[in-house]
Amino acid sequence: MRKMLAAVSRVLSGASQKPFAGSPPPRHLTVGRKLSSRYEVTFESAQRHGLATLPSLVSISRLKQSSHLGLPKCWDYSHSLKTRQASRVLVASRNFANDATFEIKKCDLHRLEEGPPVTTVLTREDGLKYYRMMQTVRRMELKADQLYKQKIIRGFCHLCDGQEACCVGLEAGINPTDHLITAYRAHGFTFTRGLSVREILAELTGRKGGCAKGKGGSMHMYAKNFYGGNGIVGAQVPLGAGIALACKYNGKDEVCLTLYGDGAANQGQIFEAYNMAALWKLPCIFICENNRYGMGTSVERAAASTDYYKRGDFIPGLRVDGMDILCVREATRFAAAYCRSGKGPILMELQTYRYHGHSMSDPGVSYRTREEIQEVRSKSDPIMLLKDRMVNSNLASVEELKEIDVEVRKEIEDAAQFATADPEPPLEELGYHIYSSDPPFEVRGANQWIKFKSVS
Amino acid sequence: MAAVSGLVRRPLREVSGLLKRRFHWTAPAALQVTVRDAINQGMDEELERDEKVFLLGEEVAQYDGAYKVSRGLWKKYGDKRIIDTPISEAGLRPICEFMTFNFSMQAIDQVINSAAKTYYMSGGLQPVPIVFRGPNGASAGVAAQHSQCFAAWYGHCPGLKVVSPWNSEDAKGLIKSAIRDNNPVVVLENELMYGVPFEFPPEAQSKDFLIPIGKAKIERQGTHITVVSHSRPVGHCLEAAAVLSKEGVECEVINMRTIRPMDMETIEASVMKTNHLVTVEGGWPQFGVGAEICARIMEGPAFNFLDAPAVRVTGADVPMPYAKILEDNSIPQVKDIIFAIKKTLNI
Repeated sequence: MRKMLAAVSRVLSGASQKPFAGSPPPRHLTVGRKLSSRYEVTFESAQRHGLATLPSLVSISRLKQSSHLGLPKCWDYSHSLKTRQASRVLVASRNFANDATFEIKKCDLHRLEEGPPVTTVLTREDGLKYYRMMQTVRRMELKADQLYKQKIIRGFCHLCDGQEACCVGLEAGINPTDHLITAYRAHGFTFTRGLSVREILAELTGRKGGCAKGKGGSMHMYAKNFYGGNGIVGAQVPLGAGIALACKYNGKDEVCLTLYGDGAANQGQIFEAYNMAALWKLPCIFICENNRYGMGTSVERAAASTDYYKRGDFIPGLRVDGMDILCVREATRFAAAYCRSGKGPILMELQTYRYHGHSMSDPGVSYRTREEIQEVRSKSDPIMLLKDRMVNSNLASVEELKEIDVEVRKEIEDAAQFATADPEPPLEELGYHIYSSDPPFEVRGANQWIKFKSVS
Repeated sequence: MAAVSGLVRRPLREVSGLLKRRFHWTAPAALQVTVRDAINQGMDEELERDEKVFLLGEEVAQYDGAYKVSRGLWKKYGDKRIIDTPISEAGLRPICEFMTFNFSMQAIDQVINSAAKTYYMSGGLQPVPIVFRGPNGASAGVAAQHSQCFAAWYGHCPGLKVVSPWNSEDAKGLIKSAIRDNNPVVVLENELMYGVPFEFPPEAQSKDFLIPIGKAKIERQGTHITVVSHSRPVGHCLEAAAVLSKEGVECEVINMRTIRPMDMETIEASVMKTNHLVTVEGGWPQFGVGAEICARIMEGPAFNFLDAPAVRVTGADVPMPYAKILEDNSIPQVKDIIFAIKKTLNI
């Protein structure tokens, strides 16, 4: 590593003093851009800024040798050489910003004196991470759509494309030790909470490599500190309040994010959960993912009050732009800090949109217009918003993001390949996992002579 | 532990539920404990043993429990461990008290869909060590909406364990086993039994006294007919057996203790010995506990030993009426059990 850096340093110090050999730097940068210029690469500076800046400073010839340095595979840029060479811009002379400050939409507040900040700093590293995660969720959901149409996925399949800023933004605002529970539109959260695309797709296809060994399906995926994946509308909200009770009981400063949709928001058990959470000051963040439609019913036709962030009444609330990942992240940080300080529950309404219908059996155009969907796609797509921000403030290049797209596509393809080829769970295991920690016993099959073994 | 209590219980079966004198380390006094106190004791011991156990329910804390089953616990363990919930029909080990199981219907979606099925749906990732307990079945004069028996409803569902204690020993041993079990367990108590005192054998006074879930108990040995029951009707069966004994009919009375998983082995072994079967329950007849026992007897080895069709004694197939004479005739009485036994034995 040091040797390579020394070599690069020698190369660069002899290079032209002009910062940009090719086109001039972009003009329209957002507020507060910090541009770092690095002509001398030292080990310390690389350490300080992390490997994220290293590729931008390493010459093309060094990139080919990147694999033997043990750099993460995603930094192997050799396949992008053609585009780079064509533009004749030395990678070594391209300097990305370390971070940039962005303005975000102010949240509407209910029973709160002040809300989350209206500006936020996004580092290049985080930006690339969020972009990759959102793109992965997007492509994973589209792949699930494809597999469903091929009848490789059966039953219920509720997709969340369009809502990527919610799952990635929420995860960005909490710790892995916090807890999250949601309803059936859960594939994105399953990923952001730590499971691989392989395990998720294989669960959708009902194979033994699935995260629930093929026994749960789309609506019943679980991970560490992620409690599903729940099929009964609204039932997860009292459960989430219960998890928050456990958080308080255990005293480790953890919070529980309890999600539900605009349709579930009118359910009675949600209000029971509000009552108990507020009464006992539970560290519960109630989150209404308002995507404007409860199945086929628009919010105006379903709710007497569509101010979902106010529906907690005595619980303070904020309404958040759910298509802007930075807005979601800041609001989540704010809400988590609120709960951790012991003030009790808080409510967040994320205004978001789903491109697909309610589920794969719903085309999604009988209760809304294609124009509406198209408008949201072109103006508010969360991935597009992040990409524009990053490119315009020189946090990343278009090519770089395209490379991430390619890598993500490959990852999804591999996962889909696995999910299609993996065998179904063995029939012998039909009776497994009825009880926990019990000795094996027999389970009756379709008639008295068919017996399955049940193992915990 | 199970071995020790097994050693103890076998000779206990020899005697009916009266004073049991045996070799002990301590000189046993004839200790009478009500079912209510037995449950209280069981919960107290488990709360002390494991700090992850806590109790929540309507009026369980400051009110000492609607039926005083949780009396004294709030004073001892405080707000964190004993929680009053407003009326509303992580890993911690909650004991969730329903004021009556009729109210559990408001929460039954959570019991079945969120508790019973979760370990299976998650492929073994997410266990749910929760206890749902409360009074079940008919009480006295509480009418239709407060008198239903839920043994068949909960017993229907894989993923749940369902127990139904009769006496104090059952109550304490089963609640402790339920709390220690890593699965959702429904404990169907009986309000009319709470105040009834029973002999408490010395081993039941131990803090580690457990009754295994899934094991029935033969309360009274007999040779002529097997009478299977659970909860309060077990007492009626024993009364009927005492009456019939004078007429020379010796009934073997089995206390199921567990509805799910049902101990068919004990029932089958008994039927193979006596050749006759009567089931007794408080719930409605259709799709009930007795129906399940009869179906399974037919499927097993004991069928060939039956000298007469099995007979069910159940609650009347009506919503529980209020007027005393109607209510009395809507639940199985001792005379109904005697009649059914005599019919089966053709005497």
